[in-house]
Amino acid sequence: MTHIGYLLAGWGIALVVLGLYGCGVVRRGRRLSRSVPEGERRWMTAKGESQGG
Amino acid sequence: MADGRTSTGSSGSRLLGVITLVGLASLLLFAFVLTEPDVRLHPTTGEKFGQFDAVRLIYLHVPMAVLTYAAFLTCAASSAFYLVRRGAWWDVTAHASAEVGTVFCGLVLVTGSIWGRPVWNTWWEWGDVRLMTTLVLFLLFTGYLALRRTAADPQRQARRAAAVALIAVLDIPLINRSVEWWENRTLHQQSTLAELKIEDLTLFTLMLGFLVFGLVFAWLMLHRFRVGWLEQAQARHDVTLAIAERQAEMETLDVGAAIGESGGEK
Repeated sequence: MTHIGYLLAGWGIALVVLGLYGCGVVRRGRRLSRSVPEGERRWMTAKGESQGG
Repeated sequence: MADGRTSTGSSGSRLLGVITLVGLASLLLFAFVLTEPDVRLHPTTGEKFGQFDAVRLIYLHVPMAVLTYAAFLTCAASSAFYLVRRGAWWDVTAHASAEVGTVFCGLVLVTGSIWGRPVWNTWWEWGDVRLMTTLVLFLLFTGYLALRRTAADPQRQARRAAAVALIAVLDIPLINRSVEWWENRTLHQQSTLAELKIEDLTLFTLMLGFLVFGLVFAWLMLHRFRVGWLEQAQARHDVTLAIAERQAEMETLDVGAAIGESGGEK
């Protein structure tokens, strides 16, 4: 296989960055979920807002 | 795994996550094992040319570029709806798609540069219109995200961000048409599907790349949207708490004053 270093760098950087970003988003969600009252923890059940705008 | 009530996860998002991981494993199998490198023979000299194994980066780079467009177009459309209808749903969607789109756009620039080194013999070309307009798009949406972090009235901040998104998205048609409008000022090929003359398994793998990175995008958007919604809920909760504390404080002062007055009368 040619260009193995470029392939590993390209795919490796992309998958690691997407993985870290995904983990970061999930962690932010968990932290926020704990500090928001139970009735408003999930976007589907938030009070006082309509989902369509 | 965290309880659905204390995370942004749900049974649907977990199923989507599992399908995405299986899809990523399949894509790696097709991209690295089952497809052939891009090797062509020159019609007159018979010499080998093409991208060789560097073509395997295309299965990653092209789908992410298309999803970058999709993310920023979603951001612009949501921003327009927000300006017209003023609903929090649209604002949260715009912010989420801008953030996910910026991550994808950054990766498009990095993977494109890594692909360009073996194929074009350069990491970066400052005079290349496609590269520069993509860099400008990345910087515009980085600015958008910086604007969203400034401490200001949330509604004014959302209106300003929406205006920035509607201006920034005008760069997308320039990027898309740049290889035709300025064909002498770009190293970039016109269309991957046309240029590589790909077919059969190579074409299938590229389509699989679109599907799998589309699933990654959907999973990230779902969770990022819920984070944005929780941020707004927390802000509302903080305001409600502050008002309640202030009211309790005022009631204590009123009671104290009333006791003081009744004591003075005696």
